[in-house]
Amino acid sequence: MATRPRRAGRREDRMSRPTPAPATGAKPKLKTSAMIASIAGEGQRTTAAPFGNALVELGKTREDIVGLTADLAKYTDLHIFAKAYPDRFYQMGMAEQLLMGAASGLAHEGFTPFVTTYAVFASRRAYDFVHQTIAEENRNVKIVCALPGLTSGYGPSHQAAEDLALFRAMPNLMVIDPCDAHEIEQAVPAIAAHNGPVYMRLLRGNVPLVLDEYDYKFEIGKAKLLRDGADVLVVSSGIMTMRALEVATMLERDKVDVAVLHVPTIKPLDTATILREAGRSGRLVVVAENHTVIGGLGEAVAGALLRAGVHPPFRQIGLPDEFLDAGALPTLHDRYGISANAMAASIKGWLG
Amino acid sequence: MGEVQGQGYIGQALDIADVLAVSYFHAMRYRPAEPEWEGRDRFMLSNGHYAIALYAALIEAGIIPQEELETYGSDDSRLPMSGMASYTPGMEMSGGSLGLGLSLAVGRCLGLKRKGSDARVYTLFSDGELDEGSVWEAILSAAHWKLDNLIAIVDVNNQQADGPSTQVMAFEPLTDKLAAFGWFVQRVDGNDLDAVVAAFDVAKSCPDPKPRMIVCDTKMGKGVPFLEAREKNHFIRVDAHEWQLALDALDAGRTA
Repeated sequence: MATRPRRAGRREDRMSRPTPAPATGAKPKLKTSAMIASIAGEGQRTTAAPFGNALVELGKTREDIVGLTADLAKYTDLHIFAKAYPDRFYQMGMAEQLLMGAASGLAHEGFTPFVTTYAVFASRRAYDFVHQTIAEENRNVKIVCALPGLTSGYGPSHQAAEDLALFRAMPNLMVIDPCDAHEIEQAVPAIAAHNGPVYMRLLRGNVPLVLDEYDYKFEIGKAKLLRDGADVLVVSSGIMTMRALEVATMLERDKVDVAVLHVPTIKPLDTATILREAGRSGRLVVVAENHTVIGGLGEAVAGALLRAGVHPPFRQIGLPDEFLDAGALPTLHDRYGISANAMAASIKGWLG
Repeated sequence: MGEVQGQGYIGQALDIADVLAVSYFHAMRYRPAEPEWEGRDRFMLSNGHYAIALYAALIEAGIIPQEELETYGSDDSRLPMSGMASYTPGMEMSGGSLGLGLSLAVGRCLGLKRKGSDARVYTLFSDGELDEGSVWEAILSAAHWKLDNLIAIVDVNNQQADGPSTQVMAFEPLTDKLAAFGWFVQRVDGNDLDAVVAAFDVAKSCPDPKPRMIVCDTKMGKGVPFLEAREKNHFIRVDAHEWQLALDALDAGRTA
């Protein structure tokens, strides 16, 4: 594997970079995608706005469901709900603290608010409001956030590399990281049926459709083995499960047998299933997450294994502990090791 | 309560006692034996450290038994130093992280309107909280949503942790600012019972489709001259012998 240049996210490194050569030939130049762009790869099957449509469907029978956003309805697919139920939609303006407090108040009055914004704003801007008014008061609020982890090329202002770490640390709060459109459609009614606060990562727009081919059913708190394999166990959540499935197919050519355990509920963690799978001997355990390697699924799994005395060979795939670059998402996913190619290369390297 | 701890937010408790008395014994609708009664007016204490005063009101209102008063701030008490919803009957929110109350109140008001309820939301916060950006987010939105079921009370005792509130961060002219934000605003001497009663009556009967704010100018330690005179009185220690002196002063004020 070629050594990539060290990018520590320092100002002097960035300022002194040579000007990139203009794009030539058949390969199109990659651009920083707009917020509205899809995470889906070229030619990938997708479903449009699974969250917004699922919420509209649920709203038919659940009149207690209301939607709130902080000037990001269009960018979180909540505009579909707003259009279907205009009187159940609250535009709170670009004010995330108010957004969380008001949602708590509505929940206290018996409603079930679905609150949307970007993951950076829910976690970093409004953390104390989520902590005190929603988690501590244990209000029935569902916080659903777009641009989780590295799904924007805008740089750290929009990259929620640490949202799972922050929200895992909050008592009472359930944390969900769905993989695709199929899972989001199932997770919406499931988290609405759960009485308590939930943070769910959101993929918006044209969302990849993957898990429908795996006879998969989302259940809160349940990890599911999507495919078995003798050499490597990938434990993953969110879009990294989609990557892991791709990697498993890629590595078949190299006679590497990869199992994929999908863990959409980050908290409470399905420790029993993780211990059972990781405890099977002879497999390298690789935790893959679209999140900083600090405080997310990787460290949650590592902690669970250590506490149980289960010690398989263990590696982490995730975002480095640095402020990530701006740029095109495919470039950045390669650079930080969370593209399928980069992930396959890492695993092959570890297997030697 | 303060005597149990030997110290506390006693200056604030005394300055806001009149406002709480009017809230619980003149303005608000509630059922003491049924603190969660759906038709109740909601009282949201944003400045959680004022719990010492609110507990007294809840005891007087018959929502908390008198004998619990002595447990204030003790281990396993239902009356913690900073008020929290999960501890105390009649406590509608977990305050203390200052600047939360108005945002919660906005949500409660929206919820009550959705349900077609005629209950009101009262929320008390302190002048120091005006420094918090979230308070102004809520002030904007309450006017935007025309929350005429919201009566907010700001306690201007001009004292916060680091000194006089107007010096820590200038917020005057407060009445003009709030009016410009679209609120129906009154400003009264918060230690003049008749004036406070009149202000609450006007706030309730005002036909304007606006949230209502009552700016209450109060005096820290009201009613106990030696406490009123203390300079740094955000969190005060009261010596053992001073409690009786304070109670005597309050009694003298009552009979005067």
